[in-house]
Amino acid sequence: MTTTAPAAPARTSGAPVTPQTGESEGTARLRRRRVAVVVGALLLLALACAASLAWGARDIAPGQVWRALVDPVAGDNDHLVVRDLRVPRTLVGLVGGAAFAAAGVLLQGVTRNPIADPGLLGINAGASLAVVVAIALGASSIGAYVWCAFAGAVLAALVVHLAASLSGDGPTPVTLALVGAAFSALATSAITVVLLTDQRTLGEFRSWQVGSLANRSLDLLPPVLPFVVLGVVLAVAAAPVLDALALGDDVAAALGVRVGRGRALVLLAVVLLCGSAVSLVGPIAFVGLVVPHLARMLVGAHDHRWLLGVSLLLGPSLLLAADVIGRLLAPPGEVEAGLVVAVLGAPVLLAIVRRGRVLA
Amino acid sequence: MSVVAIAPLRLPARVLRRTAVHAGLVAAVLAVGCLALMLGDYRLTVGQVLGALVGDPGPAHFVVVELRAPRWVLGVLVGLAFGVSGALFQTSLRNPLASPDVLGVSQGASAAAVATLLVGGASGWAMTAAAAGGGVLVGVLLYAVAWKQGTTGQRFVLSGIGVAYLAGSVVGYLLTRSDVRDAQAALTWMTGSLGQSSWQLVQVLGPVLLVLLPLAALLARGLDLLQLGDDRAASLGRRPEVVRGGAVLLGVLLASAATAAAGPVAFVAFAAAPIARRLLGDGTPGLAASGLVGVVLVTASDVVAQHLLPVDVPVGIVTGALGAPVLIWLLARRRTS
Repeated sequence: MTTTAPAAPARTSGAPVTPQTGESEGTARLRRRRVAVVVGALLLLALACAASLAWGARDIAPGQVWRALVDPVAGDNDHLVVRDLRVPRTLVGLVGGAAFAAAGVLLQGVTRNPIADPGLLGINAGASLAVVVAIALGASSIGAYVWCAFAGAVLAALVVHLAASLSGDGPTPVTLALVGAAFSALATSAITVVLLTDQRTLGEFRSWQVGSLANRSLDLLPPVLPFVVLGVVLAVAAAPVLDALALGDDVAAALGVRVGRGRALVLLAVVLLCGSAVSLVGPIAFVGLVVPHLARMLVGAHDHRWLLGVSLLLGPSLLLAADVIGRLLAPPGEVEAGLVVAVLGAPVLLAIVRRGRVLA
Repeated sequence: MSVVAIAPLRLPARVLRRTAVHAGLVAAVLAVGCLALMLGDYRLTVGQVLGALVGDPGPAHFVVVELRAPRWVLGVLVGLAFGVSGALFQTSLRNPLASPDVLGVSQGASAAAVATLLVGGASGWAMTAAAAGGGVLVGVLLYAVAWKQGTTGQRFVLSGIGVAYLAGSVVGYLLTRSDVRDAQAALTWMTGSLGQSSWQLVQVLGPVLLVLLPLAALLARGLDLLQLGDDRAASLGRRPEVVRGGAVLLGVLLASAATAAAGPVAFVAFAAAPIARRLLGDGTPGLAASGLVGVVLVTASDVVAQHLLPVDVPVGIVTGALGAPVLIWLLARRRTS
């Protein structure tokens, strides 16, 4: 996007002071850059949505797509495909991508660990375990998985947080991460036992686990949406806390931030966002890992409100782009969005690393 | 942590505890080994096992030396390799979450091995070779991306994650498009299992570790200093990027070798070092202790998997279920110092 970024924030974070050029000019330039990034991200998202509605296994002319949206004819197959298949998966992708990306920003911020992804708190493992158990007990629709996955995710996060609180140091980022990984290992053991003894469950679960937007109906959204909205509101409210926490717990406390409470608030938002996203599209944690890095490179690391805003736009763009590409790769079949996301996102991550502009 | 400055004052207690921890771990390894050789369809006493080991001919000899010993020895080697590998990654990259899974080694090995199984239809040694190749390839890729006039831990870890997800999606693609029975076989391999143990496998893995582990021991002092930060380490005469580069290289090779032999046994590489460090309690990386914890974890889990559970499950299922509570308990027990 921009080749040089003189006003990009210093690695050490803190206030965007640029001693040489004078503070006002530096901040103004940073602001212009951020606004440009947001506008660009908005355009990208609009493009991704349009592509998601227009392209797929069935060839439908853009004019037809438009008519299907504004003036549908009952019984027209093209209109049916657009309204019943493409619109739902586009909306689900929007919500899921945004929630994963926001959860990623929060988690990387609160743990101060650039490799934290939404799987960190055991959320993905908990959701997966719940879905496996549900399948083994006879559930077989995405609609049934949603509730199991959400319940599993929330329960897992609670258990992890509780276990981490037992430790002498309290739920610090490191204990949380370790306990989260330990819990994930436990859950994975249980999942593997079921999958190795029950072929039918493995057959169902493997396609859920890679993560996909296919076969999602609009009915999935209303029950999940309130949690996502609440999560985003909490996230925006907690953004200044994350800015302070980036300086270290002690400095944050000295600045008047109540560290424990702030962290709990952020984690609550993560659970709501990530639980919703996993239940909608499966454990596509990579969106939550790579998008925050991209956002940090574009708008700087030290203002979490901008980071959140940009990530909320880029997350769904990535997920929808992956979904569209997956549809076009091998029609009439498709490659799951969760697989394509890694193929799209990994090179981006490697390029960011290569440029040496990893900010955390 | 800063051993240099405070060593004279705290040396005796520190040394005592370190010795006790190491001795305790070795004792545990031997005790588990004894159990592993005794238990089975044909139950033996300690005396029979010892007799068989020193060369008494008889039925016990075959059972112990040909059937049970290779499996236990393979478990020891695999546990050692994963334990040391995890400790190398976590200390050199200064990230408690770093492990062969996070750096993509497990996923690279899995992608290659699963492709061999599901696309090529081959198993056994072909999978072993493919897994080793896949793991090493990931290591090469890591250096290609992360190396830029030396490298920081951050760059290694992030490159590793990118590669891990990439290889993981290859695995996911293969798994979702294969026959369910084949997928189950692939899953068994990816969980980690000592099922294909043999003296031949031990003869391949053993010499590899004989070369790699002494090299890791050479790095121990440098890693110790790296804990103080790159600048301090440099001022004390260690080039941080060389220590880190060497540690990651050895970690990748150790993990690849162990994964090739037994699959990416879950959780061992991740948990061994944190468990060892909390047992030692002095802030040192504890490469040897991590290796020993890895051995106990793998061999004890295999005893449980083979003899205590109603069905025969791959060892990787038990390592996760056994290691996780231990780690959580150790974290919970620690009081703020």
